[in-house]
Amino acid sequence: MRLEVRETYSPALSIIAPFGAIIFSLLCSFVLLFIAGAPPIESFFYLIKGAFGSPNALAETGARATPLILTGLAAGIAFRAKFWNIGAEGQLYAGALAATFFGTGLINLPQFLMIPFLFLVGGLAGALVILPLVILRQLYKVDEVVTTLLMNFVILLFVSYLLEGPMKDPMSLGWPQGSSVIDNGVLPQILERTRLHLGFLIAIVVAICLWVILSRTAFGFRIKSVGHNPAATYHAGIPLFKTVLVVACLSGALAGFAGITETAGLKGYLTLDLSPGFGYTGIAVAMLAALNPIGIIFSALFLAMIYVGADSMSRAVNVPTYLADVVVAITVLSVLVSLILINYKIQIGKLKF
Amino acid sequence: MIIEFLELFVNAGFWAATVRIACPLLLATLGELICERAGVLNLGIEGIMTAGAMVGWTAVYLGADLSLGIIFAALIGGIFGLIHAGFTVHLGASQHVTGIGITLLAASISYFAFRLILPTSTTPPKIKAFEQIEILYLSDIPFLGPIFFQQTIFTYLAFLAVPIVIWFLNRSPFGLAVKMAGENPMALEAQGINVLRIRTIAVMIGSALMAVGGAYLTMSAFNAFYFGMINGRGWIAVALVIFAAWKPERAILGALLFAGLDAYQVRAQQLAGAVIPYQFFLMLPYVLSIAAMVFAAKSTRYPKALLIPFRRGERH
Repeated sequence: MRLEVRETYSPALSIIAPFGAIIFSLLCSFVLLFIAGAPPIESFFYLIKGAFGSPNALAETGARATPLILTGLAAGIAFRAKFWNIGAEGQLYAGALAATFFGTGLINLPQFLMIPFLFLVGGLAGALVILPLVILRQLYKVDEVVTTLLMNFVILLFVSYLLEGPMKDPMSLGWPQGSSVIDNGVLPQILERTRLHLGFLIAIVVAICLWVILSRTAFGFRIKSVGHNPAATYHAGIPLFKTVLVVACLSGALAGFAGITETAGLKGYLTLDLSPGFGYTGIAVAMLAALNPIGIIFSALFLAMIYVGADSMSRAVNVPTYLADVVVAITVLSVLVSLILINYKIQIGKLKF
Repeated sequence: MIIEFLELFVNAGFWAATVRIACPLLLATLGELICERAGVLNLGIEGIMTAGAMVGWTAVYLGADLSLGIIFAALIGGIFGLIHAGFTVHLGASQHVTGIGITLLAASISYFAFRLILPTSTTPPKIKAFEQIEILYLSDIPFLGPIFFQQTIFTYLAFLAVPIVIWFLNRSPFGLAVKMAGENPMALEAQGINVLRIRTIAVMIGSALMAVGGAYLTMSAFNAFYFGMINGRGWIAVALVIFAAWKPERAILGALLFAGLDAYQVRAQQLAGAVIPYQFFLMLPYVLSIAAMVFAAKSTRYPKALLIPFRRGERH
């Protein structure tokens, strides 16, 4: 197997390649469905129906996409600067903790101030978690992948402690859960009688803002150059330390936002199962979109469709729900290959791609 | 009170537990170490351990011999290692993203397969796993007997892996090539040795060791498979490799230290549970892993070609 650099950049290929990756992972899911003894085509029909079949299903897909857009952006901006933040899961919970600490009665503002305030403290909490880790990396070269990953476990245990102790809702009949966010802090529903809330629109606006920052400002350019060639960036007079620091904190803040949308929007209170791995799935979201913020909106919707659809599909044809996780994982890996295909020709024996 | 906490150290049960708990960490750390020595960071470790735990358990559950269970676990680890190497070594894809992708894939496929085999079980069934063997006379030695001579065969195998890996990396021609692939792949290429092949095989061997480490949990420790059972052990192993400065002989120290801490926190919890919430004890291994990395980061030297893909004929 050999790699050869493509001399001409093909825009068509760069659009086709990710779709090829998606088709490949769906084909793999057909194989898995077949192994599980379910009829693949019919199951696929259930998946689509479960994700799009009714207004409620659509709303559910949107609600699921909300935290995924935010954690996808968190991974996307960090990965652009080659800062490998795999700790979005923990930062999400930090944001949710902030929502529970400030939003359940400690502070009461009118709604138009309360909601931005919650996002502010949630973002700060997420950034605060990542701050010591980015400093350790920049000063002592402590690998951020491992520290951010390990931090997830620490934070989850800390949340568990708070929910069983000081932050436990006295009305919760013994369940470890936080008190409810006060009415002024709750993100209102966008669609009546569904779980789709304002957080969905906020996430989209955040994505658009980030796109503007990344593609239209000097700061966005700095992030890109830090990721591509730190040494050259340094010699060009761009402050490396500061740029990485800001990127990392921004990434933590975005993941913290996801904690706010889930506590103040979807559930109304904090529980230990608030996030079924949104932080990790965010990495898949970002990769599928090639780290582009606008693309992240669509890839989050796509992966939300897989998750929501797979839920109802697994009930209909009796297949383990873990199928959705497998499809997402295969998507990450096949997108990686497709990204390489855009830049390189791959030659295996006599075959050329 | 302080005396009670100190007394825990003279308890043979504590030391025997330390030896047991160290085994999966030790195997995983050695596996990661071999990968990184060849220049490939393998973040698939957490998922590969899950797959090893699942496959080893399932094989025995479906009637295979215990030793066959270990072999199957090693095989599945090797397969995921091959995928990881295909992406990172041959295609030159990001080692970080590939590793996370492999972890997601290996873990979710394991859970999916487990649910297919056992659709509706609430309590995970146990298998007849490795049993403690009592070595004649030696196991009767007070204090030392239970620690060293009343363990399972799997435990002895895990510790036997250390001298084997030391010999492999320092004495065997292949092991020397592995180290060269991680330090100076150009020089290896100049010797007429295929760098890509060396790295691929090293990642496969390392991943097989990780999977066997996972299998230890289901085949010698808990005797059952359940969801989320690896619980960050893979990530701790990645930290331990740095703590061990990429030297297998120091890996055993790190694994024992962390296992000792783990065994101690369980016992200390019972003493101090009323004062300090148990979650803080459970946090200790993760917090200390981070601390160990900070401690080691200043003094250690990374394998020079770690994270750098090698392309034949290209100059760096």
